[in-house]
Amino acid sequence: MNASILPAALTGAEPAPAPQQDFLLAVEGLTVSFDGFKAVNDVSFYVDPDEIRVIIGPNGAGKTTVLDLICGRTKASAGSIKYKGQELTKLSESAIVQAGVGRKFQTPSIYDDLTVFENLEISFPRGRSVFGALTFKRDAEVRDRIEEIASLIFLKDRLRERAEFLSHGQKQWLEIGMLLIQDPELLMLDEPVAGMSVGERIKTAELLNQIIKGRSVLVIEHDMKFVEDIAHRVTVLHQGKVLSEGSMERVQSDPRVIEVYLGH
Amino acid sequence: MTNPVQTLSKSLTVNDNPFMKPVEWLSLLLLAGVILVVLPLALDAFRLNLVGKYLTYAFVALGLVICWGYAGILSLGQGVFFGLGGYCMAMYLKLEASSVENTKIQSTPGIPDFMDWNQITALPWFWTPFKSLPLTLLLVIAVPVAFAFIISVAMFKRRVGGTYFAIITQAIAAILTILIVGQQGFTGGINGITDLRTLNGWDIRTDHAKFILYFVNGGLLIGCILLAQYVKKSKLGRILVAMRDKEDRVRFSGYSVAGFKVFAFCLAAAFAAIGGAMFTLQVGFMSPSFVGIVPSIEMVIYAAVGGRLSLFGAVWGTLLVNFAKTSFSESFPDLWLFGLGALFIAVVLAFPNGLAGIWREHIEPRLTRRAKSLRPPEPIAVPRGVPHGAPAE
Repeated sequence: MNASILPAALTGAEPAPAPQQDFLLAVEGLTVSFDGFKAVNDVSFYVDPDEIRVIIGPNGAGKTTVLDLICGRTKASAGSIKYKGQELTKLSESAIVQAGVGRKFQTPSIYDDLTVFENLEISFPRGRSVFGALTFKRDAEVRDRIEEIASLIFLKDRLRERAEFLSHGQKQWLEIGMLLIQDPELLMLDEPVAGMSVGERIKTAELLNQIIKGRSVLVIEHDMKFVEDIAHRVTVLHQGKVLSEGSMERVQSDPRVIEVYLGH
Repeated sequence: MTNPVQTLSKSLTVNDNPFMKPVEWLSLLLLAGVILVVLPLALDAFRLNLVGKYLTYAFVALGLVICWGYAGILSLGQGVFFGLGGYCMAMYLKLEASSVENTKIQSTPGIPDFMDWNQITALPWFWTPFKSLPLTLLLVIAVPVAFAFIISVAMFKRRVGGTYFAIITQAIAAILTILIVGQQGFTGGINGITDLRTLNGWDIRTDHAKFILYFVNGGLLIGCILLAQYVKKSKLGRILVAMRDKEDRVRFSGYSVAGFKVFAFCLAAAFAAIGGAMFTLQVGFMSPSFVGIVPSIEMVIYAAVGGRLSLFGAVWGTLLVNFAKTSFSESFPDLWLFGLGALFIAVVLAFPNGLAGIWREHIEPRLTRRAKSLRPPEPIAVPRGVPHGAPAE
């Protein structure tokens, strides 16, 4: 196997502990087939705590499917996904979220009929049961946290507006904010800058660099400039398999990657 | 201009999520005034009893506002829960009316008359709990809610939703009607349970009893409105709206979506059941014609006409459609069903938010404009064209 998939800590001189426990996320032999077509085929990769990992690859490479598998939206045909040693493939979607995995969708997925404040409030990790939601109190802790997140995602003065009136970029930020308020340890973002203006992209990169402290981020992105800005390591998927993995420079100089993805 | 951050933190400290806005308190006062004061003063005993009957349907419409309007779950089988609540009440009343003394001419005295006609010689086991009034009052809610719970858990855990769910609820309404009609010896068949007389010794057939039951019904309706308002105002209410919008986002925010849908559906069933029980008490019988597909769809039309997002609208819609039904079907009995269909089409095409939508979009703005023009001008001129909290771009 490729040595570069091991985290830097393990390749150094330190005495190697049991590897699984050091990875935040360990995906091994992950396979899913839809009517015989293997959208994801024997994919393995490992994400460290505090790492920003970017998954790139041509259309149909299975990038979004990998995220779907991790967050439980799609059930794996084979393989395992271990998050902090816990097997995710058998958990329900809400249990995976409660374990600390947050997911942003490709198109902004927010609640148009609610205000920005209410959008963030629903994502606040308290009162998630039916009874808890009935008795939920909008107290100072909730308000403070929502204001804090809102200023982080540049929406502080738009809290009372209905979310449908936000611009596309602002909707993307709002969804990132909704994830931040959950305080996940693993944040998965599907094309966070797609459809954004240049200014919005710069702000988003800045936002991502701010929010990664204390968490790992798994990002799918096509914008190579953006990927260079944020990625610690890059995994290249092609036809459902891992084609290459490593630092940005390493991946960019890999002839196989150039041929299927970067070349055109 | 004031600092936007300052104004924001100020506005956040005031209670920005009151239980009811002033206009909602006014709506409640208006509704309570009409139901509890104006109508009893204006109508004779017969007409008041008729309004009482209409208001029992308003419970169903209220449940549909939460279940359909807020949670987006269209149920075309609310008659099932209305009927179950009504039947539970009717079973108690029937047992009380079938004392050994009253039924001594039967071959088996002490059981309901229709059982005797169907050669049944002992009270079926599921009738026995209805000998007790407290147990009956509990079962009036518990039986329909338990049934709703089973249906909704089975459907929503499997992620059956939308049109499929609506069709299944409709099928259940049809099945239950056939079952009730077919099991004549146990249920009274197509005629239903009739000849109900007393509630714990109190004759419910007198004008005086009907007058009191009307107020009990009105009071329960206001209570249910307040309960529904609490649910709507809680975070659960906002989660229902969020679910209607983006179900997956709610799921991936750590909520078990099925649980919330089950809650909304069971709450709607509980409201419908209370309505059904009050129907039996006020009208004096219960029959399968209130369980089936047609009444279930009519109940959806009440909510749609009133406005499926408005609790008060649902009650007004129910009253309006039923008044129209009574007056039209008295003069043109053949045309009424066409009229009802046309009304539904008109509401869906032209007024998707029903009466409440017309009020909010056309009447309320005019009233506020009128009210403002009557008031003396404000001392400080507010700059025009820069709305409060104007967007940054």
